[in-house]
Amino acid sequence: MLDKLGMYLQYPFVRYALIVGVLIALCSSLLGVTLVLKRFSFIGDGLSHVAFGAMAIAAVLNLTNDMLLVLPVTIISAVLLLRTGQNAKIKGDAAIAMISVGALAFGYLMMNIFSTSSNLSGDVCSTLFGSTSILTLTEREVWLCTVLSIAVVLIFLLFYNKIFAVTFDENFSKAAGTNANGYNLLIAIVIAVIIVLAMNLVGSLLISALVIFPALSAMRLFRNFKSVTICSAVLSVICAFSGIIVSILAGTPVGSTIVAVDVAAFAVCCIAGVITGGIRK
Amino acid sequence: MALLTIQDLSLGYDSVAFVENLNFSVNTGDYLCIVGENGSGKTTLMKTLLHLQEPVSGQILMGDGLKQNEIGYLPQQTIVQKDFPASVGEIVLSGCQGRCGIRPFYNKAEKHLAETNMNRMGVLPLKDRCYRELSGGQQQRVLLARALCATQKVLLLDEPVAGLDPKVTSEMYDLIEGLNQEGITIIMISHDLAAAIRYASHILHIGASVFYGTREEYLESDVGKFFLMRQKGG
Ligand SMILES: Nc1ncnc2c1ncn2[C@@H]1O[C@H](COP(=O)(O)OP(=O)(O)O)[C@@H](O)[C@H]1O
Ligand SMILES: [Mg+2]
Repeated sequence: MLDKLGMYLQYPFVRYALIVGVLIALCSSLLGVTLVLKRFSFIGDGLSHVAFGAMAIAAVLNLTNDMLLVLPVTIISAVLLLRTGQNAKIKGDAAIAMISVGALAFGYLMMNIFSTSSNLSGDVCSTLFGSTSILTLTEREVWLCTVLSIAVVLIFLLFYNKIFAVTFDENFSKAAGTNANGYNLLIAIVIAVIIVLAMNLVGSLLISALVIFPALSAMRLFRNFKSVTICSAVLSVICAFSGIIVSILAGTPVGSTIVAVDVAAFAVCCIAGVITGGIRK
Repeated sequence: MALLTIQDLSLGYDSVAFVENLNFSVNTGDYLCIVGENGSGKTTLMKTLLHLQEPVSGQILMGDGLKQNEIGYLPQQTIVQKDFPASVGEIVLSGCQGRCGIRPFYNKAEKHLAETNMNRMGVLPLKDRCYRELSGGQQQRVLLARALCATQKVLLLDEPVAGLDPKVTSEMYDLIEGLNQEGITIIMISHDLAAAIRYASHILHIGASVFYGTREEYLESDVGKFFLMRQKGG
């Protein structure tokens, strides 16, 4: 089996897939804790549907570089969703449900009416579930993913203390003179970038899993923010790496294999959490 | 000039005022208790003083060289905090965020300040414990230590003893009184009129009728007598 793996690793596209997969998993896990705690998990879900809609439009318009459309549209939606989430009058979750389902339906409609592809359901399926697209990444896409991932990690490291403060207690932060709304905006933009990146890896329906599972798993095991963040990053990277390897060896779809590994890791962490918690008490 | 001067302040949401024309001032070293019925606008007043929301009209002036980021705040507990995986040390240190400004990391002096304040509030031994696993009284001490990291001058406390048992409540009041004697100005919202009368130097009563004055004046006033009687009765 190791021979087979060694043989696969000779191919550049397999190496690209591994690099990109690990980077994306790292990024998506970092903000997971914040999203879960701010009750923002559903925003990730909504945004991924928006990204799907944007991708459908890009496909119809025959854009060569669909990122140019998908990224800005997703970022703008993230900012808008965050705004409505803060507004007490419009129910945030209702707005998100509306936008996400609308974008999903609209995207599929566009693809159905205008697509020239002979394999329509295959196209849709791969945008939703991520299919094999990660194995067909071009060198330019790999670079783009790498640059964006590094930017996300740097932003997270630089603003780690502020993100913690704003997530834990927004009112206290504002009272202490921290620009909490500014940091919320930053968080929204970074989430949007992560979602667009992660779409390449697992497809738009499975993104939330990539964002949320490592954070939830880590929260079973650790009880301070720093350890939870580090643990969820490590878990996410390990799961993505092993998921990609398994999918190459077993020929399973990349996205769902990674998510399956994440779910398994969550189960293990739950059990470990119960055992260590039992010892502590 | 007073530390805080409130002029013709009207409070409310969406420019509908439900408390109108508040006028009072807070001097350095005062212990002001804000009392009133549930829903009378005490929290709203505090949020307005902190500039978390806009006043409907009127002004809040700051004197004695007080800056906006030199106010310590102990909020009513929010839901997010209940299952947040954060250690006591991390939370208290986040009180230094105002000093830190846009600098991304806390420096030695700020970490030292956090330790000092944990010690002051008696929670230093809990430094590595998880916040959500502490008792209610311990949690309030942690938040008080965090507020102290933000200020040397004035603390705004929103119902600091809500949900605490009588023994822990009186410990908390003693702690706050101690801070006041060290020269920190206290502005505290309280449900508990008996405690307000016992500890406060000044009382602000908001609601259908508004009263501001010293504790002695409040006890003599009609609003005070009436409210006191009602609380004793029910
Ligand atoms: N975000 C909000 N939007 C609109 N009205 C609010 C909001 N928060 C509180 N209120 C209303 O403002 C009034 C005062 O609330 P509050 O200041 O919390 O009272 P207290 O702290 O004295 O119990 C209440 O009638 C409440 O219903
Ligand atoms: Mg209140």
